[in-house]
Amino acid sequence: MQHLWLIPTLPFVGFLVNGIFGRRFSKTVISAIAIGSVALSFAWALKVVLALGDTPFLERYFDWIVAGGLHIGCDFAVDRLTAVMLLVVTGVGSLIHVYSVGYMAHEGGYYRFFAYLNLFMFFMLTLVLAANYLLLFVGWEGVGLCSYLLIGFWFLKRSATNAGNKAFIVNRIGDFGFSLAMLLIVVHFGSLDFATVFPAAASKPAGVLTTIALLLLVGACGKSAQFPLYVWLPDAMEGPTPVSALIHAATMVTAGVYMVARSFPIYVRAPEAMELVAYIGLFTAAFAATIGLVQNDIKKVFAYSTVSQLGYMFLGVGTGAFSAGIYHLVTHAFFKALLFLGAGSVIHAVAGEQDMRQMGGLRKMIPVTFWTIFCAGLAISGVPPTSGFFSKDSILVASYHHAPWMFWVGVITAAMTAFYVFRAIFMTFFGEYRGHHHPHESPRSMTIPLAALALLSLAGGYFNIPTWLGKFFPAVEEPENFTLVAISVIAGLAGIGLAYVMYVARPALADSLSLRFGALYRLVYNKYFVDEIYDAAVVKPVVGGSRAVLWHGIDTGVIDGAVNGIGARSRDIGGWLKLIQSGSIRSYATWVLFGSVILMVALSLVGAAR
Amino acid sequence: MSGVPLSWYLILSAVLFSLGIAGFLFRKNIITIFMSIELMLNAVNLSFIAFSYELKQVNGHIFAFFVMVVAAAEAAVGLAIILTVFKNRSTLNVDEVNSMKY
Repeated sequence: MQHLWLIPTLPFVGFLVNGIFGRRFSKTVISAIAIGSVALSFAWALKVVLALGDTPFLERYFDWIVAGGLHIGCDFAVDRLTAVMLLVVTGVGSLIHVYSVGYMAHEGGYYRFFAYLNLFMFFMLTLVLAANYLLLFVGWEGVGLCSYLLIGFWFLKRSATNAGNKAFIVNRIGDFGFSLAMLLIVVHFGSLDFATVFPAAASKPAGVLTTIALLLLVGACGKSAQFPLYVWLPDAMEGPTPVSALIHAATMVTAGVYMVARSFPIYVRAPEAMELVAYIGLFTAAFAATIGLVQNDIKKVFAYSTVSQLGYMFLGVGTGAFSAGIYHLVTHAFFKALLFLGAGSVIHAVAGEQDMRQMGGLRKMIPVTFWTIFCAGLAISGVPPTSGFFSKDSILVASYHHAPWMFWVGVITAAMTAFYVFRAIFMTFFGEYRGHHHPHESPRSMTIPLAALALLSLAGGYFNIPTWLGKFFPAVEEPENFTLVAISVIAGLAGIGLAYVMYVARPALADSLSLRFGALYRLVYNKYFVDEIYDAAVVKPVVGGSRAVLWHGIDTGVIDGAVNGIGARSRDIGGWLKLIQSGSIRSYATWVLFGSVILMVALSLVGAAR
Repeated sequence: MSGVPLSWYLILSAVLFSLGIAGFLFRKNIITIFMSIELMLNAVNLSFIAFSYELKQVNGHIFAFFVMVVAAAEAAVGLAIILTVFKNRSTLNVDEVNSMKY
């Protein structure tokens, strides 16, 4: 026994203690409980992973649901894929908890924040440890709940609660697909256990597997913010920045990629679904990257960047390079968490300002933040030898062997990625300071996690995750191809160079270009009006239909009508029955006599009939 | 056992009961109505006793005692009500005591 249950339970205990008693604790105690529980969880996960050999650990705790032949247990398993996820979630999670102590120091609801964060860790760890689809779904819904709670953390802000609702509702669409997929799995496999379903997948008809894979993909698109369900993620930036880093960049949004990778035995037998995964990933990567090019809110840039990078991961798993997809998931957790935490540090320094046009020249004022973000920028741009270089290139090489045009789109996206990230860095840290506050460097509890993540972003490529996962996933032919690697590196460097020219060397160029291509600029700046299209095509009809049909028609008309109708008829009947009450005792007595006579006649008739 | 047959008792009971009903329906004075009720109760008592005697069972006797107890209680409460009505309205005409109506 490895006591896997300890890994999620520790943060859960932290959640209970902080959530119930946190109001009375001092901030020091709250932070100690929150960080301590996650750090212990990390330590235990590390111990488990170090003990892990080729055979996965599987621990069955109790039968959760028994219905006919269907047994669903509360089972945890750790194999190599879970091991990677465990370390990323608990490791990056611990760092972000530490960072939050500094970032949230002056905010109200301090205990609430850490209680939610711990609850999130519990659900995320349940998600990755689950040994069957239903338990995975519990974690999946749980992280969605925590995401909702934390996006709407500042619940007095209208936009924050709206963003929380949007995230929750859009995710419901995905969960709908996931639920249907689970039902299909139960129907065709009679079980939801990974250990039962995956070996049996080989003998099932391709049509069934394709349907299941497509439905799972719908779920993954919702959770991992892929086109067309990506719209909630940019809005989710209303939450506190550590939340954006932990939930909406490093861990929760990668759950979809994890789930697709976990279900690879189904996907490899459903090539059409795999192809669609790759298309969606590639399209989302390129599409979101173009939006990221022109945003002015520093968190929005990184949000679209996250959508785009998640697209890369989908491209990876969709082209069969599962280990490359997971590899990018890990490195992305490092550098995107770092970008967000760095952005948080910048926002903290300039007293809540998020518009990059109000920043500039911060390089000398907050040097630690600058250098750490710079490291993350190099990593996401795929500059060798940073972690992003290894993972992104393994995806791009895999996509070249799948279809060369995918590689070229990926390379262009990589160039755009480098451009928008360095555009953000140049706008924030170079030039003259355009704001009105006096920026100050963040406290040490924030800079130390930044430094740790910077180190991981730079050196993360040396955790050789594809080799570690090599035995787990089906092998893919990936011959070393120096030309392809060189092309993608050059694309990244070109993006950085272009950003330097446009935002440092000749700042007027960007403005003149946006004027010159005014219509195109406005289209992209407004995110292709996707939110507006959804609003017109989905939200308005649903709200209007609910109002006209469900509210005015069914609720007011049918249900209220029935209840009020019964009431009104009773009143009418009472209206003429009340006339009997005349006040004359002799009239009552006559009624009694009359009734008795009728009763006697009736009884004697019945008696006669017998 | 020779003597008066059961039917005679029952006929007497029915006659008394009908007189009670008639009195209840047609008299205006509340005290008279009250007396008519007593008459009906006692008509019923008579038939109970007659059946009890005829069938050699004690149930009818017990019922009759119950009815007498209830009638006594009713007389106490009823007369008190009648007194109060007269005190408030200075009349015992039942047709004038008709404020309890819609």
